[in-house]
Amino acid sequence: MMAPSISRSPASTRQRVIVSPEGVPLHFTLASRGARAAALFIDLAMIVGAMVGATLILAKLADGIGLNITGGGSPAGRAAEAIAVVWIVALFLFRNAWFLFFELGPRGATPGKRICGIRVAARARGAGGGQLTTEAVIARNLVRDIELFLPLLFFITAAVEGEDTDLAALAGLVWFGIFAFFPFFNRDRLRCGDVIAGTWVIEVPRPRLQQALSISEAAGGHSTEAGSGYRFTEAELAVYGEYELQALERVLRDKRAEAIRDVAEAIGRKIGRSSGSGDERAFLEAYYAQLRARLETGMRFGRRKADKHSSDKHSSDKHSSAGPPLPG
Amino acid sequence: MSAPPLTLAARIGGWFARPSEQAGLRSDRFRLEREADWKRLEAIVQHMEAGRTRRLSDADLLALPALYRTAASSLAIARETSLDAALIAYLEALTQRAWLLVYGPRASLWSWFKGFIGGGLSASVRAMGTELLIALALMVAGTAAGWLLVAANPEWYYALVPGSFADERVPGASRAVLERTLFGNQDQGGMGVFAASLFSNNAQVSILCFALGFAFGLPTMLLLVHNTALLGALLWLYHGQGLLLDLIGWLSIHGTTELFAILLAGAAGLHIGRAMAFPGTMAVLDAAAAAGRRSAQVMAGVVLMLVMAAVLEGFARQLVDSTPSRLGVGGSMLVLWCAYFFAFRRSGK
Repeated sequence: MMAPSISRSPASTRQRVIVSPEGVPLHFTLASRGARAAALFIDLAMIVGAMVGATLILAKLADGIGLNITGGGSPAGRAAEAIAVVWIVALFLFRNAWFLFFELGPRGATPGKRICGIRVAARARGAGGGQLTTEAVIARNLVRDIELFLPLLFFITAAVEGEDTDLAALAGLVWFGIFAFFPFFNRDRLRCGDVIAGTWVIEVPRPRLQQALSISEAAGGHSTEAGSGYRFTEAELAVYGEYELQALERVLRDKRAEAIRDVAEAIGRKIGRSSGSGDERAFLEAYYAQLRARLETGMRFGRRKADKHSSDKHSSDKHSSAGPPLPG
Repeated sequence: MSAPPLTLAARIGGWFARPSEQAGLRSDRFRLEREADWKRLEAIVQHMEAGRTRRLSDADLLALPALYRTAASSLAIARETSLDAALIAYLEALTQRAWLLVYGPRASLWSWFKGFIGGGLSASVRAMGTELLIALALMVAGTAAGWLLVAANPEWYYALVPGSFADERVPGASRAVLERTLFGNQDQGGMGVFAASLFSNNAQVSILCFALGFAFGLPTMLLLVHNTALLGALLWLYHGQGLLLDLIGWLSIHGTTELFAILLAGAAGLHIGRAMAFPGTMAVLDAAAAAGRRSAQVMAGVVLMLVMAAVLEGFARQLVDSTPSRLGVGGSMLVLWCAYFFAFRRSGK
């Protein structure tokens, strides 16, 4: 069967599934609106800081070699003016180049976005499979100018031309409001530039590969503490399902002695045998490995057991919750 | 991506208490067989994410797509056969990161810019030929309408021309006053004019023309007509004192660039509006995205043109103070732009 290229799991409103061109569904988390706003503020602060710093340094230098903008009609004054104009243009381009340069890089994120742990990605509709094109990044950033800086331009123009600044400020505010609240009115939290460019902003994934639990010493059934192995019978393993297995995995990885003792006690009560005191971890690791072996064997034969309440059953109706099926 | 061949030493070493060799579960053996490939992919991805692509060997770069597909297929298998949640989370994250790189932007900012200047911009402009004609027709119609309206009733002049323009340039002004606005402003500061021009009406109009294209292009059309009506009214005013050609010269020195930019911005806005009103077989959002990407290219060009127009207005107009040479500069700019957009084609693209 062919999975839809974008489907939404009900579990989290921020989870999105992108099907890669190879047909493997990848689960992404959309960036929160707060993270995006914070990233923008960090970027703007950096840009303004760099601009002001560079301008101050240049002004000092110009002063040092005797260039002065207020020099009037003298040739030196004209030259200073020309340089100032070039500088204004450079600043204007710098702000745009900042976003473009960083978002086109391999990280797909400006420094502000990196700090907030988010990045830009293609929305991956249809057969395209989500190639993030250069044009898309350009488009989403040009529209940012319209969303963010045009209202400012309204205001400056009104001030320069001596018109009603209150009215201009109001118009600018309304304009800004429309675009600022745009991400609140669509499911994918797109701002206008994302709509145009076919992009969205997601959280950056990066867990590390952890040691497999089931290949440790105790998992083989040998307890170093008790000196004896744990072997569980089929009936003892049959009481739990995948949900409990993964809860057990979390407990074992967290390595909190208290939790391990409690869980070992609970399992011991349930199956009617207990570990010796101080040997809870070995007991749990052995139980984990053998429960996993049992459940995975079941998986290979198409039987999955979601949790302790469900009986072993055929997988045809279990697919959807355990993970999206392979397309094709 | 075959596993390294097992040497005898490694085989014997494996007999002795290496926990990895004790993997009892089939899913753990699956993991151990492929873990080296995943680790290698992770190292490559980490290097690239840190911006150290150049330090990677060619072999690693060539292996990236294959390693990515290995990881993707491992993920698909692990989801169906393994209950190790940490492993699946790791593979999922690894595949995502590799996917973002393998299907990431192909061009850096600089190489995009080279392509943009050397053909991409003019190709995008040519791709919206219909909209260009519509926008041009609207601008001509607006100019004519402005002229005719004011000619019929001079009161219209005050309605069309904003206050800042109508300082001394009002109906009934003498020839000398009008002439003074055109010539002999050499002592004006180039920088002040430049800044004023950059934040001027026209820059705003261009951006608005594009931005309002989302409302199916209707506001774009109104803006084009309204703003060229201003031009028509000014032309009429100077024509009344026999200064029409001088005004055109005064305007053309930066105006050919600036009006061309407005024309392109209007066409870009109409392009988006048309794509949204008549998306064809695509979804409206997809159609808007496709048109938006092309229009964004054009708008990047428009911004550069506006900056250039501001430089021309700030400096060239002060330096060139006679009508024929002004017309010469303006005309050659127009020819330059037309040649660049319509005659300049890169073979193969």
